[in-house]
Amino acid sequence: MSLPLHSRVPHGPIERLWDQARFEMKLVSPANKRKHTVIVVGSGLAGASAAATLGELGYNVKCFCFQDSPRRAHSIAAQGGINAAKNYHSDGDSVFRLFYDTVKGGDFRSREANVYRLAQISLNIIDQCVAQGVPFAREYGGTLANRSFGGAQVSRTFYARGQTGQQLLLGAYQALERQVDAGRVSMFPRTEMLDLVVVDGHARGIVTRDLVTGRIESHAADAVVLGTGGYGNVYYLSTNAKGSNCTAIWRAYKRGAAFANPCFTQIHPTCIPVSGHYQSKLTLMSESLRNDGRIWVPLQPRDQRPPNQIPESERDYFLERRYPSFGNLVPRDVASRNAKAVCDEGRGVGETGLGVYLDFSDAIQNLGADVIRERYGNLFDMYQRITDENPYQVPMRIYPAIHYTMGGLWVDYYLMSTIPGLFVIGEANFSDHGANRLGASALMQGLSDGYFILPYTVGDYIANNALGKVDASHAEFARSEAAVAGMTKRLLAIQGHHTVDSFHRRLGQIVWEYCGMSRNAPGLETALGEIRALREQYWSDVTVTGSADDLNQSLEKAGRVADFFELAELMCIDALHRNESCGGHFREEYQTPDGEAQRDDDDFSYVAAWEFQGTDQQPLLNKEPLHFEYVHPSQRSYK
Amino acid sequence: MRLILQVWRQKGPQARGRMVRYDAGDVNPDMSMLELLDVVNEELILKGEEPIAFEHDCREGICGSCGFMINGIAHGPLPATTVCQLSMRHFRDGQELYLEPWRAKAFPVLKDLVVDRRAFDRVISAGGYITVPTGSAPDGNSILIPKEDADRAMDAAACIGCGACVAACPNASAALFTGAKIAHLGLLPQGQPERHERALRMVRQYNREGFGSCTNIGECEAVCPKGIKLEVIARMNRDYIQAIWQRR
Amino acid sequence: MATAVADRFYTSTIGKKAVMAVSGCILFLFVVGHLIGNLQIYEGSEKLNRYAVFLRSLPAALWGVRIVLLVMVTLHVWSSVQLALRNLEARPVGYVKKKPTESTYASRTMYWSGPIILAFVIYHLLDFTFGKVNPHFQPGNVYGNVVASFQVIPVSAFYIVAMLLLGLHLYHGLWSMFQSLGFSHPRYTPVLRRAAAVAAILIAAGNISIPVSVLAGIVR
Ligand SMILES: Cc1cc2nc3c(=O)[nH]c(=O)nc-3n(C[C@H](O)[C@H](O)[C@H](O)COP(=O)(O)OP(=O)(O)OC[C@H]3O[C@@H](n4cnc5c(N)ncnc54)[C@H](O)[C@@H]3O)c2cc1C
Ligand code: HEM
Ligand code: HEM
Ligand code: SF4
Ligand code: F3S
Ligand code: FES
Repeated sequence: MSLPLHSRVPHGPIERLWDQARFEMKLVSPANKRKHTVIVVGSGLAGASAAATLGELGYNVKCFCFQDSPRRAHSIAAQGGINAAKNYHSDGDSVFRLFYDTVKGGDFRSREANVYRLAQISLNIIDQCVAQGVPFAREYGGTLANRSFGGAQVSRTFYARGQTGQQLLLGAYQALERQVDAGRVSMFPRTEMLDLVVVDGHARGIVTRDLVTGRIESHAADAVVLGTGGYGNVYYLSTNAKGSNCTAIWRAYKRGAAFANPCFTQIHPTCIPVSGHYQSKLTLMSESLRNDGRIWVPLQPRDQRPPNQIPESERDYFLERRYPSFGNLVPRDVASRNAKAVCDEGRGVGETGLGVYLDFSDAIQNLGADVIRERYGNLFDMYQRITDENPYQVPMRIYPAIHYTMGGLWVDYYLMSTIPGLFVIGEANFSDHGANRLGASALMQGLSDGYFILPYTVGDYIANNALGKVDASHAEFARSEAAVAGMTKRLLAIQGHHTVDSFHRRLGQIVWEYCGMSRNAPGLETALGEIRALREQYWSDVTVTGSADDLNQSLEKAGRVADFFELAELMCIDALHRNESCGGHFREEYQTPDGEAQRDDDDFSYVAAWEFQGTDQQPLLNKEPLHFEYVHPSQRSYK
Repeated sequence: MRLILQVWRQKGPQARGRMVRYDAGDVNPDMSMLELLDVVNEELILKGEEPIAFEHDCREGICGSCGFMINGIAHGPLPATTVCQLSMRHFRDGQELYLEPWRAKAFPVLKDLVVDRRAFDRVISAGGYITVPTGSAPDGNSILIPKEDADRAMDAAACIGCGACVAACPNASAALFTGAKIAHLGLLPQGQPERHERALRMVRQYNREGFGSCTNIGECEAVCPKGIKLEVIARMNRDYIQAIWQRR
Repeated sequence: MATAVADRFYTSTIGKKAVMAVSGCILFLFVVGHLIGNLQIYEGSEKLNRYAVFLRSLPAALWGVRIVLLVMVTLHVWSSVQLALRNLEARPVGYVKKKPTESTYASRTMYWSGPIILAFVIYHLLDFTFGKVNPHFQPGNVYGNVVASFQVIPVSAFYIVAMLLLGLHLYHGLWSMFQSLGFSHPRYTPVLRRAAAVAAILIAAGNISIPVSVLAGIVR
């Protein structure tokens, strides 16, 4: 059975679609809202803003997160900034330009109507956050400051030092806590969603595990919202927080929600390189560093000299050389791939040979160390803390790392998945970034979804569906609880010889090797075989200590890694089927003569939405064709 | 290098705990404190023992999940650094490290080094926000804020809610944490209408949670990974005293 | 209404601290005034005794001051005890290892220095005001009483220790009270801290000079 993928985009001129959709939506009467329960899983930018707004509207909201406090969701780590087409600098920005840049940056694999709406709403987000007290950077005159970011040619990025995500999240968290105080939102921290409950084809609740007591519990609702973030940790090493996982969306996928474009993952070019096998995560150095730093490697392979002894003439500023007009500011996918290419040629630097220099000596010479300190001081300190090297004196070493996942559960224009009543927001959905996300646009999307879109569309769904009463005593809940408890028991019973982390690390190596920065068909086939074999071994040889009924971090990890195994397989299947290169998905077989991604718009201008058929069954491919009426697909060029 | 760890192990909230000694043989100086615990834990798991529970998430010093005492200092000896960013090169070969959870009545131990910090959420919930319904905000530039005020508000807003201030304070006071939020919002024009109410409500909650009172000792400031200044405590006191005064 | 406000104020930790700060400040002013009066001892017995007589000639003022002092001590002590109990409760399980980093010794020992000062004041009153512990006590001869007391080495030693503790108490208390009342300024607070230290040292030194001078035979 293939799924009907109705995007439900209204008809009309693009700039009027969202108004029109809102006008056509049915409303829930204020008196009735309280009677409707909405579950929001996730307290990141997307989840917290949605839960706060739904609570404010009067719904009975239950919000879940696995951390000990909603304020710790991974959004907190975003550094660089958030885009908005405010055009405060009169430098030619507009809603249309932001829309255009985002569609093009996504390499024409996103839905135009969604992206346009995102660009429109970007304006309201900044206003909302300022009113909440987010301390955005200011000019001396008291107006909001902007910078240009991630290769944009206009200054549209708003920021709060290097802690924009933190400040935006704290704004949303405070709004959420306000609703907790008002009794409209019940917060469930340290509670992990382990299953979605579908009754008569509608999402009607979730099953969770209390991470302190181990209790398995059911929560019924009229609608379920997932804002559970990205799945970059499938690679083990990533810039994501250690707890970031795919469990919520994966289990929803197994209950029938289509998973879109799973192979679209983003590699960030400026991360601190791996230094040893004990490495547990990779640290991102903000993209803004590329505004002043110059990226280079030695011209000669295996040049072991320290950087300051390599004369100018023996350095290869490869981005400036290949992309004279964008230089070091090319989009992330392009910068990352080029870094990998020079390292593959043996010209990488550092002990592992997996690194390139990001050199500030010219900037320091031209602008002075103080200006550089003012701009990047905290980043330089962080770099020094981790590497013990002083970037004011020696060039930084950086290497690409997995950072963001554009893929996620498929949603329509109303952010509803293929399961009625299941909504997906933030990084967890596939929506707005196509095959490559531009810098400073994930925060924008999370807040746009959570504050300004979802609260309307959930209401429309509730108003349009006469949902019968279902509570946690329904048999479906009992079945899910049993399944969840069964899986826990199974993991604890294996008592094998290898730790969860060691499996995760090996899985990560396979995915990074074959489904990372560049991919090819034979490699993906190999990966599929290796992943399946390792998954089998996992289920017979992993060891999880402790018990199911107390705080057990190994057990938490074990469940998440089990899901990563299955997701990794789907990613490879998706990457293998997409016989083109686009954005972050670079298939070596499909490149232009000078090594750029070669899209195939005739055959692949669609969203690949995969439908679960059983754990060892080939998933079913559904296609949502993409039409571009406003931004004409062209070969991206940054030369 | 080699390190000796003395770690507080406690099975559950009600269980009795004790210090247990572990030998960490093969320590790479570039490892972070948490990566060292990862390595120790891997060995424990393979021996069939339960790993040391500790809280962590971002591992880049921003989420505020991590934190424990290292030799009696919250987040360890390096100033302005959380344990997830503390690399082992700051210790001597053969050094003995005592790892203990935050200790406060308001932060009960859940397991090993993990404590329950929900009291912080409740303090924020009591008033640590600006009441602004979604969608009703004026244009961002309609409120001009002098750069200096915005910068000072940002300094206070940088708090990551880790709890080190409470852990280090001889009185287990949460004054720095509470003051940081009151200062952040109170320094901005948007925060003025609720300034007094906020101070009253947040302080009341902070007292209810069983935190101690501040006697201006200053340990909190010294261990705070985000460099929050004692000034925020004075601000909290001022707002609170003014609020009482004005509400006679 | 007003009592309700006062009650709400006092029930909070910040309210109690404000009470401590104000009472502490008034006690501090007394200590300064008392020191200035006592330093007349260097001008001979007549001058000091005349000063004592003068004070007694103004019974209303004297009793006014005494009552204020008594109220302030009561408030200061009462709130410190309540806060101390609360703070003890706030950490039921202590650390195996705890290392202070940047705080001053004075700030960490307020709950020791304070009560010892209280004990000192009680002894002090028995000594000079009621003459109960001083076998050579002569009502009216303040100068003689002081010299007689301080010639006993253990008494002098106790005074000196108490004065050191008072200095310590003020070393922290004199800037802390500004913080408690909500005054803090990036430029002035460091200056204030230094001024507090200087004042504390001067007060301790001034007071200590008296028993030392008696022992050294400078004041006889
Ligand atoms: C280092 C870094 C820097 C970045 N910088 C920028 C930037 O400068 N600009 C930008 O626009 N974007 C940036 N991004 C991307 C952006 O931060 C994220 O895409 C975005 O914050 C995701 O928000 P979210 O709300 O979707 O999910 P998250 O913030 O990841 O929140 C997920 C939530 O779901 C909960 N959750 C997950 N699974 C479960 C479960 N099973 N049960 C219960 N709860 C669950 C978690 O507890 C958490 O509350 C950055 C990302 C990283 C990693
Ligand atoms: C002459 C006598 C005293 C003077 C001048 C004095 C002065 C002060 C001052 C100025 C403070 C600072 C208040 C603040 O930070 O807000 C203080 C604090 C304190 N005093 Fe005293 N004090 C005196 C006697 C006492 C006595 C007798 C006790 C105890 C029984 C005591 C116990 C304390 C304590 C515990 C504090 C610290 C409390 C805190 O900062 O919260 N003091 N004192
Ligand atoms: C070495 C230093 C000191 C000397 C020589 C000294 C001396 C005296 C004398 C002689 C009296 C009796 C005065 C009279 O009856 O007329 C007196 C009273 C008193 N002193 Fe001191 N004193 C000293 C330090 C202090 C200190 C540090 C404090 C407080 C902390 C203090 C508190 C008092 C009080 C409360 C009285 C009673 C005042 C009254 O009668 O109302 N003294 N002192
Ligand atoms: S004030 Fe500092 S120490 Fe306290 S919670 Fe905030 S960041 Fe942590
Ligand atoms: S250490 Fe404690 S006493 Fe106050 S100044 Fe800091 S909270
Ligand atoms: S793990 Fe996030 S601050 Fe340390």
